Amino acid sequence: MNGTIQAPTLEYAQLAPMLVVFGAAIVGVLVEAFAPRYLRSAIHVPITLLSLAGAFALTIWQVVKGVPTKPAAMGAVAVDGPSLFIWGTILVLAFVSVLLINDEDHFVAAAAAVPGSAEEEQALHEGAGHTEVYPLALFAVGGMLLFPASNDLLVMFVALEVMSLPLYLLCGLARRRRLLSQEAAVKYFLLGAFSSAFFLYGTALLYGYAGSIDLAKISAALGVVGGQETLLYIGVAMLGVGLLFKIGAAPFQAWKPDVYQGAPTPITALMASGTLVAAFGALLRVFWVALGGLDWNWSPVLWAVAILTMVVGAILAITQTDIKRMLAYSSIAHGGFLLVGVVATGAAAGQNSKALSAILFYLVAYGFTTVGAFAVVTMVRDAGGEAWHLSRWAGLGKRSPLLAGIFAFFLLAFAGIPLTSGFFGKYAVFQAAVAGGATPLVIVGVVASAVAAFFYVRVIVLMFFSDPAADGPSVVLPSRGTAAVVGVAVLATVFLGVFPQPVLHLAQNAAQSLFIR
Amino acid sequence: MEPAEIIQHSGGVIGASWLMIALPLLGAAVLLLGGRKTDKFGHLLGVAMAVASFVVAALAFIQLLGFAPGERRRGVELYDLIPGIAKVGLLVDPLSISFCLLITFVGSLIHIYSIGYMAHDPARRRFFAYLNLFVAAMLVLVLADNYLGLYVGWEGVGLASYLLIGFWQHKPTAATAAKKAFIVNRVGDFGLSIGIFTIFATFHSLSYQGVAEGMAKGGSIPATAIGLLLLLGACGKSAQLPLQSWLLDAMEGPTPVSALIHAATMVTAGVYLVVRSGPIFQATDTAQLVVTIVGVATLLAGAIIGTAKDDIKKALAGSTMSQIGYMMLAAGIGPAGYAFAIAHLITHGFFKADMFLGAGSVMHGMNDEVNMRKYGGLRKVMPITFVTFFIGYLAIIGFPLLSGYFTKDGIIETAMEHNAILGWLAVLGAGITGFYMSRLVFMTFFGKKRWEADAHPHESPAVMTWPLIILSIGAIVLGAFLILGNRFMLFLSPAVGRPEELPSFHPFSTTGLATLALVAVGVVFAWYRYGSAEVPGVAPRGSFLTAFARRDLYGDALNEALLMRPGQWLTRLAVYFDNRGVDGLVNSLAALIGGSSGRLRRIQTGYVRSYALSIFVGAAVLVGAWFVVGNL
Repeated sequence: MNGTIQAPTLEYAQLAPMLVVFGAAIVGVLVEAFAPRYLRSAIHVPITLLSLAGAFALTIWQVVKGVPTKPAAMGAVAVDGPSLFIWGTILVLAFVSVLLINDEDHFVAAAAAVPGSAEEEQALHEGAGHTEVYPLALFAVGGMLLFPASNDLLVMFVALEVMSLPLYLLCGLARRRRLLSQEAAVKYFLLGAFSSAFFLYGTALLYGYAGSIDLAKISAALGVVGGQETLLYIGVAMLGVGLLFKIGAAPFQAWKPDVYQGAPTPITALMASGTLVAAFGALLRVFWVALGGLDWNWSPVLWAVAILTMVVGAILAITQTDIKRMLAYSSIAHGGFLLVGVVATGAAAGQNSKALSAILFYLVAYGFTTVGAFAVVTMVRDAGGEAWHLSRWAGLGKRSPLLAGIFAFFLLAFAGIPLTSGFFGKYAVFQAAVAGGATPLVIVGVVASAVAAFFYVRVIVLMFFSDPAADGPSVVLPSRGTAAVVGVAVLATVFLGVFPQPVLHLAQNAAQSLFIR
Repeated sequence: MEPAEIIQHSGGVIGASWLMIALPLLGAAVLLLGGRKTDKFGHLLGVAMAVASFVVAALAFIQLLGFAPGERRRGVELYDLIPGIAKVGLLVDPLSISFCLLITFVGSLIHIYSIGYMAHDPARRRFFAYLNLFVAAMLVLVLADNYLGLYVGWEGVGLASYLLIGFWQHKPTAATAAKKAFIVNRVGDFGLSIGIFTIFATFHSLSYQGVAEGMAKGGSIPATAIGLLLLLGACGKSAQLPLQSWLLDAMEGPTPVSALIHAATMVTAGVYLVVRSGPIFQATDTAQLVVTIVGVATLLAGAIIGTAKDDIKKALAGSTMSQIGYMMLAAGIGPAGYAFAIAHLITHGFFKADMFLGAGSVMHGMNDEVNMRKYGGLRKVMPITFVTFFIGYLAIIGFPLLSGYFTKDGIIETAMEHNAILGWLAVLGAGITGFYMSRLVFMTFFGKKRWEADAHPHESPAVMTWPLIILSIGAIVLGAFLILGNRFMLFLSPAVGRPEELPSFHPFSTTGLATLALVAVGVVFAWYRYGSAEVPGVAPRGSFLTAFARRDLYGDALNEALLMRPGQWLTRLAVYFDNRGVDGLVNSLAALIGGSSGRLRRIQTGYVRSYALSIFVGAAVLVGAWFVVGNL
C-alpha cells in the first residue's frame, strides 16, 4: 500500500444489463429535470421499456456467449447461471409491471399534499403527474438486479438499499386511499431501515469473524477460525433477519399486508414479483456461497421459519376482506413454500442443483401469475377507485365472465391446480424437498396448500356463485398495456402449466453451474 | 405373432400427425370464442377443419404404408409433461390410423351433411364447434400413446357427446338424456380411472409400450382386475350391458350426432380400448371370458330392443348396441378376433352412419317425425335416400357380398371356433337382426302411406344425399376389400398381433349357411308382419315379450330398482353421516383454523411499533436458536 488507489478492473460486458438499467434511470432523472412537463411521460415510457428490453437482450447474449465462471468487478459481483436466470426473470417481470404503471390512473398528482386538500386539487387540475415513477422504478429494478448477484456483503447491502429506497417512495404515491398509501410508505421505510440495520450489523459481525466481507472468503474461514463461533452465529442470524424480512418470512412478515394494500397496485405487482425474486436470489447466494459449510447449522432454523411462514400466511389469509391484503398473505405463504425449497438443499451437488432449479422455476411461475392477478385487481373498480373489498367482487362472474374467469384461473394457479404453472412449481419444490429429506416440511407444505386453496376457491365461489351487488363495481376497459399484461400472464401461466419443460430445462441449466464463488 | 416394437419417429406427415388433432381443435376454439361474428362462415370452417384433418390422416397413412410391416408402429414424442411419469406422445400404427381414417372420413361426410340438416337451426355455428371438438377429442383418444392421453380423449368425447345430446336443451327430454348419458358414463369412467391407477401402480408407466414391456416381464400382475376395470369403462362408453341404458335416450340429439358419435365412432371407443389393451387381456382368461359374455349378451339385448321400437332412431340405436356387441365379442376372443372386430367396426361405421343419415333425411322430409308407424311408402318420394338406406340395410343383415356379410360372418366364424355356445348365440343375433332391420325398412319405405296430414315428404338437398351415396359405396365394397385375402388382418397385425394360422374365408361353411338361413327367416317373417300386412297406426299391445323389448328389457326399471333407489338411500345415509360425523370433524377443524386466523389477525395491529417489536423478538429468537443449534 503506497497510498495510491488502484482503479478497479470492471468487466463491463458482464455488468452491461445493470449498467443499461442504471444508465436509463439517470437519463430519466435528467428528463425529469429538463424536459417540459407535458413531454415527460412520452419520453419516459419508451426509455424505460427500451432499457429493460435491452438489458434483457444483453442477459440473453451473456447466456449465449457462455456463462462466466469467475466473479466480476474484482470479486464484488458474480454473474453466474442463477444470476442470469434471475436477471432475465426480473427484467421480464419489471417490463410487464411498467406496462401496468403506464396506466396513468394509479398515481397521485402531488404526493406531498395532504390528502383531499386544496393543493392536491390544484395539482390534479394542472395535470401534474408523477412521472418520476419511471426513473424510480428503474433504480429499484437496478437494485433488484444487483442484489442477488452481489458477491460481497457490502455490495449486497448497497444493492438492498438501492432496491428499497425507491420502493419506499413509490409506495406512497397511490392516487386513491391516500392516507393508507402514505402510511404504508412510512411503515415500509421504518421497518425496512430497521431490518437493514440488522443486515449491516450481521455483516459487521461476520467481518469480525472471517476478516472479510467477501462471501467466498467467509466460506473459506468457516471451521478454520476457531473460538469465534459467537460472532459467527449472531452474525449469521442477523444477516438472516435482514434477508428474511425482504422475503416476508414469518415472523418478519408484518409489513407485507399493510404495504401491499397501501401501495399503488402496479407497484405492488412489481414488489410482489421482482422484489421476491431478487430477495430469494440473494438469500440463496448468502446461504450457499458463504454459509454452505454450515448447512447442518442453519437448516433447522430455516425449517422453523418455513413452517411458521407457510402457516401464518395460509391461516391469516382466510379472514382477509381486502383483495390486496389477501394476495399479500398469499405471497407470504408462497414465500414459505419457496423456503421449503431452500431447506431442500443438501450436501450433494446433484440435490443442490435440483432444489435450485425448482426454486427458480417456482419464482418464474409465481412472478407471472402474481403480476397478472394484480393487473386484474386494477381493472375492477367502483366510484372510489379499485374495488378492494372482497364483498364487492361478488357476482363478478356474471357481469364480466372473461375477467372473472381469468382471475379464477390465476387463483387456481396460486392454489397449484394441475395444468397451471403453480402446480409444477409446487411439485418441483416439494419433490426436491422430499429428495432432500425434508418430508415433514413437505407435509406441512401440503396442508398449508390445502388451507390456502380454501381462500382462493372462496373468491372463485364469490365471483361465480353469488348474486352481484346492485351497485357492484364495473370492470374498466383495460388500457392496451394492462390488457397486454393480463394476456402475457395468462399465457405464461398456461404455458408453464402445460409445457413446463422448456423453462424447467432452462432453470436446470442455470442451476447446473450453481453459484460461483 | 406378437406385436411389433414401437419405433420413435420424427419428421414427415407422421411427425406432424398432431395436426390431425390441432386443426379441429382450432376450429372449435375459433367458433366458440369467436361468437356471433363467425355465424356466417362457421359451418364452412367446421367442415374445412374436418376435411383438413382427414387429409393429414390420409397422408400419414400413405407414409405409414411406405414402411415395412414390422416398422409400422411409429411413436411421435411431443413433450415431457411430468418427467418420469407422464410424457405426451402419439402412436401412429395400423390400429390408430385405421381409426383416424374412419373418424376423419366419416366425420367429414357428416359435417357436410350437417350443413343441410342444420341449415335452419339458429345455433348451427355452435353445433359445428361441438362437432369439431368431438373430432379432436376422439383423435386424442385413439392417437395417444398412453393411457393418460386416452383418458383425456375419453373424457373429451364424453363432454362433446353430452353437449350434443343436449344440443336442443330447450327440450326437457334432450336435457335429461344428456344428463343420463353423462351419469351412466361416469360409472364406466370411474372403472377406467381406477384401472389406469392400477396400471400405473403395477407398471410405473402409463404408456402402451411400458405396459407391454411390463406384461412381458411377468411377475405378479393383477391383470384380471385391470382387465375388468377397463372393461367397465368400455361398457360405459360403448353402451354394453349393464351400462347400455343411455344410448337409446341419446337419440334425442340431432341426427348427424347420432350418426357420428352414437353409431360410427365414439361408441366404438370401448372396442378400441379392449383391443389396445390386448397385452393385458390376453394374460387373463377370466377377463376375456367376461368380455365375450358381455358382447354376446349385448348383441342379443340390442337386437331384441330393436325389434320393438317404433321410433326409427331408437330402432337403429338398438341395432348399434347389438353390432358393438359383435365387436366386443370378437375383441374378447384375442388376436384371432381383433382384426374382425376392427374391420366390423369400420364397415359398421359406414353402413350405420349411412342409415342414420338416411333416417335423418327421412325425418327432414317428414317434419321431424320419428314414428315409423307414420311413414310407409317413402321409397317413391325419396329415391336416393331409399336406395342408399337399402344398401346399408343389406350390408347390416349380412346380404352376401356386401360389407356386413364379410365382417360379421368373420366374427361369427371366429366365435364358433372359440366357443360353440357363443357362436350359436351370435348366429341367433344375426337372425334377429334380419328381422328387426327388415321391419324398419318395410315400415318406412314400403307398404301404404300412413303420413300425417301435413307431411309433404321430399328428397333432401344434394349436400345431404351425396354423403349418403359415398357412405353406401363404402357399405358395399369395404367388407370384401378388408376381409378377402386377410388383407386387414395382415395390415393390423404389427399393432395387435395375429394368430399363427391365418383364417381362410369359406363362403359355404355350415355356420355361414346357417346364418344366412336364419337371416332369411327373419326377413320373411318381417315381410309377413310388416311388408304385406297392414301396419296399425298405433302400436298394438303385443305379447309380454314385445312389452319386454319395448321397455328396453326393463333396463331402466332395473337401474332404478338396483341402482337409483339404493343409491338415493345411500346418499341419504351418507348425508346423514356427513352431517353428524364428518361435518362435525371438518367444521370444528375449519372453526379451529378460522378462529386462530381471527385471533392471529389481532397481532396485525397496524402499529408500526408493534411490527418492529415483533421483528426484534423474532430476531432475538433467531439468534438464540442459531446459537443453540450451533453449539449442539
